[in-house]
Formats: sequence, C-alpha cells, structure tokens
Amino acid sequence: MVDQSIAGPVKVMANASEGDRSGRARIVILLLCLGLAAAVLLSLTSGASDASAVNVLRDWLLGAVPGDAALSARDNLIVYDIRLPRIILGMLVGAALAVSGAVMQGLFRNPLADPGLIGVSAGSSLGAVAVIVLGTTVLAPVTALFGTLALPLAAFFGGLATTLVLYQVATRRGQTSVATMLLAGIALAALAMALTGILIFMADDRQLRDLTFWQLGSLGGATWQKIGSVGPIIILALAAMPFLARGLNALALGEATAGHLGIPVQRLKYTAIIGVSAAVGASVAVSGGIGFVGIVVPHLLRLLIGPDNRYLLPASALLGASLLLLADAVARTIVAPAELPIGIVTAVAGAPFFLWILLRKRGVIDL
Amino acid sequence: MSFLSKSPTMRGAMVGLSLVFAMLQPAAATEGVSIFTDTSKIVAIGGSITEIVYALGEEKRLVARDSSSRYPKAAFDLPDVGYMRALSPEGVLSVNPTGILALQGSGPKEAVDVLKKASIPFIEVPEHYSREGILEKVRIVGKALGADAKAEVLARDLDARLTAAEKQTASIKERKRVLFVLSVQGGKILAAGSDTAADGMVKLAGGVNAVDGFSGYKQMSDEAIITARPDVILMMSNAGPPVSDDELFGNPSVASTPAGTARKVIRIDGGYLLGFGPRTAEAIHELAVSLYGAQVTD
Repeated sequence: MVDQSIAGPVKVMANASEGDRSGRARIVILLLCLGLAAAVLLSLTSGASDASAVNVLRDWLLGAVPGDAALSARDNLIVYDIRLPRIILGMLVGAALAVSGAVMQGLFRNPLADPGLIGVSAGSSLGAVAVIVLGTTVLAPVTALFGTLALPLAAFFGGLATTLVLYQVATRRGQTSVATMLLAGIALAALAMALTGILIFMADDRQLRDLTFWQLGSLGGATWQKIGSVGPIIILALAAMPFLARGLNALALGEATAGHLGIPVQRLKYTAIIGVSAAVGASVAVSGGIGFVGIVVPHLLRLLIGPDNRYLLPASALLGASLLLLADAVARTIVAPAELPIGIVTAVAGAPFFLWILLRKRGVIDL
Repeated sequence: MSFLSKSPTMRGAMVGLSLVFAMLQPAAATEGVSIFTDTSKIVAIGGSITEIVYALGEEKRLVARDSSSRYPKAAFDLPDVGYMRALSPEGVLSVNPTGILALQGSGPKEAVDVLKKASIPFIEVPEHYSREGILEKVRIVGKALGADAKAEVLARDLDARLTAAEKQTASIKERKRVLFVLSVQGGKILAAGSDTAADGMVKLAGGVNAVDGFSGYKQMSDEAIITARPDVILMMSNAGPPVSDDELFGNPSVASTPAGTARKVIRIDGGYLLGFGPRTAEAIHELAVSLYGAQVTD
C-alpha cells in the first residue's frame, strides 16, 4: 500500500514550491484558530437553557452586578459549572483524538491507523466497564477510595496497561517492530473486548444501560474535578507531540533512512506510543467512546495543507477541538432538554464525510 | 383472613377502617423522607413516578418528565428531559424546576451532583418489585409533594386493589410457568430472571417464573429454554420492533415447549406491565386472566 499523502514530504522537501505550501499551511492554521474561537463562543452561548454567557461574562468582569441575583447565580452555574468545563474538556478530548490519529498514521505509515488499532481504546473500555460492573462488589474498595474518579482512572490505566504489554510484545533487543505492534494490537484489542464481553454478561440491567450509554460517548459528565484529573495528562501528551513532527516526516521515508538522517527512531516510536496511549486513555476515560475524530481530521487536513507533520499536528489539534465542540453543541441542543450521546453525532457526521474524502482521494491514492 | 376478604362489604369496611387508622398515624415507610419546600415546579423522572403524580391529582406541579414517562397521554405535553439514566444537567435546569422527583437509578451521578449544586432538591424514590414497593413509592411521592393525605388515600386504595388482584389466583392449583422474553435478536432469547419487574409481576399474577438460576435479563441457551418448560411466553407489546409469533416460535427450542406447542404468547404494554405504579393492580388482573381465564375468581 503506497500512500503518497504520507510519503509526500519527500516531494515537498524537494519541491521548489515548499514556501507556497508552508505559507498556505500557516494561513489554514490561523483560520483554524479563528474557527476554534468561534466554536468556543458558540458553545458558551448555546444550550438547553436560556442562560446568557454574555451576562455571566459581564458578572465575572464587574464582580457582583445588582439586579436579579437568583437568576444570575443560576446563569453562573450553567455557564461556569456546566458549559465551561464541558467546552474545555471537549477541546482537550477533540485535540487529543485528532492529534493521536495523525501521529498513529505517521508512525504506522498507514492512513487507516487510529488509536483504536493498537488496543488503547479497547483497554480503556475494559477498565471503565470493570468499574461500572464490579464497582459495588469486587472493586468496591477502589470506588470507595476514588469515588467518581474511579472510572476515569481505571479507563486510563486500562489503556496504558494495554500499550505497555503491546510494547513488550513488539520489542526485541531494543528494536520495536511496527508491524508486530499492529498485529499484537489487534489481538490485545480482541482480548480486551472479550473480557469486556464477560463483564457485560455479568452486568445487571442497570449496569447494562449505564455501560451502553458510556460506550456511546458523552461530554456530559464534565466537571472541573475531571479536568483537573485528566487535563494535565492530555496537555502533557499534546505538548510532547510537536517534537515528533520532524521524526515522523523522516519516518515516512522508511525506518532505515530516518535512522541515517539522524532520527532516534526507537525513541521516536516509544514517545509516540506512550503519548498517544496517555492522551487517548485519558480521553476515553472521561468521555467514553467517541469515534471518527481521530481518522477524519488528519485526512481532511492532508487534503488542505499536505502531509508535513510540522503543520499537520497543530492543525489536527485545532480542527479536532473545533469539530468536537460543534458536535457537542449539536448533541446538547438538538433534542433539548434531553441530550444525544456525542459518539452518535460524530459517527453520523464523520462516516459519510470520511467516505467523501476517500472518493475525492481515489485519484491520488489507491486504497 | 382470606374468608373475611371474600366478602366485598367486609373488605370495604376494613379498607375504611385502615384508612381512618392511617390518618391518625403516619405510615412508618415515609419517616425521614424528604419534602420539597417549593412544590410548584417539579420534574418527574421515571414512568411510575409520573403516573403517581397524576394519580394524586398533583400534575399541575409538573414542568417536565423523562422519556420513560409515557402515561397518561397528557404527560406527552410536558417537555422531555431525556432518558432517566442519561439526564443532562442543563436540560433539567432549563425548565427551572424547584424539585426533582426521581425513580431509583436515575442519573448519571454527575448530572445529579450539578443539580444539587444548583440547590435543586433531588428526591430519589426507591423501587421494589412488590405490592409494598408500590405503596412505598406512592407515600414517598405524596410526602415530597406535601400531599400526604391524598397519598395515604391512594396507597390504601391501591393496597386493597392489589391485595384483591393477588387473591384472585389464590385458589389455582396448577401454576402456569411463564417465560418473560425481553427481546428476540437473531433468534436468541433474552429472558427475565429473578430481581426483575417481570419476575415480580409473574408472581403477583399467580404464575411461576420459568427461569431459575439467574438474575436480571440474560440471553438463554436453547437447552435452558427447553428445561424451563414455559406454559406461556410473556412479552412487551410496544418495546422495540415487534416480534411476530412466527419469529418467536420459529426458534426450535421455544417451539418444543408447552408454550410453543400451544403457541401461547401474551403481549402487554411495557410501562403498564412493568411500571409498578398505580395501574399495576389492573395489570396483575389482566395478566392473571390471560394466564388462567375463567379460573380467576373475584
């Protein structure tokens, strides 16, 4: 499978029009920044209730404002405790999923790679489902100790544990085989899903309904406490990823060539895998299963700005954050005062869009 | 006491007497139960909770309901805040409630936490699949709404009707074995074990749950269905895509049971059958008549 969209940097570097391309990428990134700001504003001001973000912002800026104190307190709660944590969480999760998708695709040199492929998502799901099903019995001490954080923590460590096992399996004499990792990832994901299946079988009706909703994904449980627990992990992972950009560009030429170019290939692979599993594990932990962001966003951006990871990674973060915010705004207003699981929105919007991208690319790559 | 209750006059007198008694002494079940300070704008979460509010004649206090609240019809006019286990805090706040009356298991916890932070009183009503469970729900809902007296009257009335409905099958010797089928997916039967509303209803209607050995709703193996030997299949009439008799009895193991040879299946509205609310006495009676026909005595 030759994928020119990723093998592209070779041509880009050799191409005299590289300046044009990076200029265009810069403009796109600037526009994405504006788009994200607009998405934040839209999310902040829209919702099931009529709470006005403008009034609350004024309250914050001016301190207490005389007038309807009760309504103001309610608006403050809605904007500050419901919408704002949700927006921040949505941006973090959207950015984490999109960047992780881009990094995985670069690392595996495969346009279909996404974090789900190496078993991170399945491992996280296993951790979360274990807490939902066993939280009142076997895992009762854990839930007693961590409270509402037990589920995100279990999901995070489930994802991380899967990755570490995977890395052990794929590494021999200090060399990690990307191909082995891909295959082992499929096996581990299958195992994690089977174990999840056992838990689903053990679950009672209420737990079944809880875990169904969890698997559909939602940003509904966003609280400042959750941001405090997973935010630093995601931010740290996101901050590390731009340093991978040059390495990933070189990797597109093949591992040996990248090594000759002075790229510490082994360390690159290690950092990418740990970063992705941390970011995705933390995201799945707080938001459940949200599909298609990781695969659609990088593909769309490669069409717009080309495959250079120096621009692709930050652009993916921005677009992923914006798209997830928009999806969440739809999820929480379209059936208000009820709410759709966001995984439904991203899949309904993402799947046809992905097909469209594939059709457009058919002339370019032979999938 | 059964010979006493066979006489309608005597039963009426007993109900009346117990009603007076109840007025004098508040029921123990509601001691320590919370009361809303402002009952003007209540959100009802859970089909049976909504039904009870209507049965109490307190529906003017409702500003919203959840998606499982589908009875009475008038409830559809209220805004729907979503499924009881997937509530959205802002959605609930948007109807400006002064209190939330929720069936046990409503959530998620994060949504409830935010609502508590908004100082919206949240009362969770426990659920048990028994006659006492229904009466307890009625009393807790009544107490929360400040309608204790009405609730007591309703509870006593329901108690009498439920006791009567249960007694209708008391003299039946041969108990029907009932298999409650939640869904048939690809020919696989998802059946109700113990600790389910379906199990509770089958027992109240004088039947025996054909499933023995698991709790909750589980997929049953073909051999287990054969060993369960159900006389009757019980299903919900309005949950998900309808399952035809042919599809149900197309399963060879189901076909080989007494229920299969007689092609005996009972379909009853889900909220009515499994709600454990004000209509349960009628549902018990209807199920009992479907099971035993003329053997059901008044």
